[in-house]
Amino acid sequence: MVKKVLPETTTQEAEAQPVKERPGFWSTLVRTLLRQREASITVVAILLIIYFQLSNQAFLSLANIRTLSQFVAAAAIIAAGEVMLLICGEIDLSVGQIFALAPFIMYFAYQAGLPLIVGIVLGLLASLAVGLVNGLITVLLKVPSLITTLGTLFLLSGITLTTSQGFPVLTPSAGWLNEVLGHSPYAEILWAIAIMVIMQIVLSRTRWGLHTIATGGNLLGASEAGVNVNRIKIGNFMLASLFGGFAGILECFRITSIDPLAGGTDIMFLAVAGAVIGGTALSGGLGTIVGAFLGTLVLSILRDGFTLLGVSEFTFDLILGAAILIAMILNVRLRLWREAGRE
Amino acid sequence: MTESTLPDVIRTQSLVKRYGAVTALRDVSMHLRKGEVLGLIGDNGAGKSTLIKILTGFIQPTAGEIFVNGQEVKLRSVTHARSLGIETVYQDLALVNELSVYHNMFLKRELLHKPSPLLNNRAMREQARNHLERMGVNIPSVDTEVARLSGGQRQAIAIARAVYSEARILLLDEPLAAMGAKEGALILDLIRNLKAMGEVSIIMIAHNYAQVLEICDRVNLLQHGVIALDKEATETSMDELTELVMREYRTGATQAKRGQ
Repeated sequence: MVKKVLPETTTQEAEAQPVKERPGFWSTLVRTLLRQREASITVVAILLIIYFQLSNQAFLSLANIRTLSQFVAAAAIIAAGEVMLLICGEIDLSVGQIFALAPFIMYFAYQAGLPLIVGIVLGLLASLAVGLVNGLITVLLKVPSLITTLGTLFLLSGITLTTSQGFPVLTPSAGWLNEVLGHSPYAEILWAIAIMVIMQIVLSRTRWGLHTIATGGNLLGASEAGVNVNRIKIGNFMLASLFGGFAGILECFRITSIDPLAGGTDIMFLAVAGAVIGGTALSGGLGTIVGAFLGTLVLSILRDGFTLLGVSEFTFDLILGAAILIAMILNVRLRLWREAGRE
Repeated sequence: MTESTLPDVIRTQSLVKRYGAVTALRDVSMHLRKGEVLGLIGDNGAGKSTLIKILTGFIQPTAGEIFVNGQEVKLRSVTHARSLGIETVYQDLALVNELSVYHNMFLKRELLHKPSPLLNNRAMREQARNHLERMGVNIPSVDTEVARLSGGQRQAIAIARAVYSEARILLLDEPLAAMGAKEGALILDLIRNLKAMGEVSIIMIAHNYAQVLEICDRVNLLQHGVIALDKEATETSMDELTELVMREYRTGATQAKRGQ
């Protein structure tokens, strides 16, 4: 009755209310979904662990945890650099090739009579140089990074194969350095965790991280605001390459040999897939290092678990492909929902 | 009017801009007083954007002079114009959707926990909140990701950021375009607050004459690269502005031919 006496007020209220509630509703919805995205990958990891443990008691044995940790480590280190690049809107496909080349540079330097530590530094410097080249070609010559790094992928592969003549060599041994750099059982995973923590802090708590997000999120806007977007991109190319080379060096100390065919596109795609499953948007602006770590962990658990169950590598590829597609579809949906929520 | 006694922060003398055979600005002599809100209106292609681009240092005029705070300057670049306190706020261009409001406000001017390289988020959050409050910009929280804000709110944040970065001459390129009444009111309130604070002078490109007359102190009508009308907002009216533009439509074709 009262409402009928004041029809104007009622309609106004009825119209005003949804407008007021909308941002609240959407923002809570989006917030939950966004939180879920990183939470969901953790849940997936835990569920997988439970499933594989129930199927095979050996899954959580010390020996298998060690295997798993070694398998995760190299990919997780590469993913940490790759995520930074993906967030600023670029990608590095050649990172698996510097993974193979860096240990050889170290080896050649050592063979030439230099101390091993100098060889390691040279290997890492070469990795930085590759990143610099990738960055300069992409940023200054405006070649899309997908193409630039596809080129350097083959280039580096060729360099590694010709200089090594295709034969693996034994990793030089140097006592404690050996142990620290991957030979002791958990050295590699400890490095991976340390790098994850440091890079997550860099991403979310430093100017570099903020500018990386800004560059990928709004390239024009960021440069308008004065962010040197070229420097950010080149820097992240160098970072990604550095981690690629470093992971390769760690790996060669762990397996005590240097293989010219190590790494390659397999490890690169594992890192990229891990990053994407962990919530990184290939379109830039979004992603976390922790998410990428968890993403690579999930993929590693899958591979390791299926191996334990006696499932073939072929099946694993099937699952990996499906996982990437599902993650990407969710990514895109999330983005569309966010934009719809913006009004 | 008391404002006429105030000094000019920007004055242009016979600005000309040609692109090959096309003349975008024929002869623009205009000025902006301190603390004033100047509405710049005109049909598409009248040269509004060209004028704004020249004043923001994005392009250079073919001929003519620009005076900023009484001093003649050649605006070489956007950075140069910015260093003189001139800043253009483009709609939708300025902010990073993926970052929070306060990170956007402090983009490139981040506060750090010196001597560590870590961001001092608490200080930035607090200062952003205070600054927005002072300017009367209402948003749910400075922690909100910009993507979740409405068009009006984002525009308000972009303007607030420009003012916070010591910009004293704001060029607003269609700040009310594609905005509902409610959103538009938000921006109009913000401009009103800025006017009351008196530190900032504003040139605002707009299409809605009612809004222009409501918020601006003075109106300049740009037609075919010249200022066809320069009046205090109180001395002109919707009718006069509409009449001028309509007459333009009627004789537009012939004038355009003669103009070139």
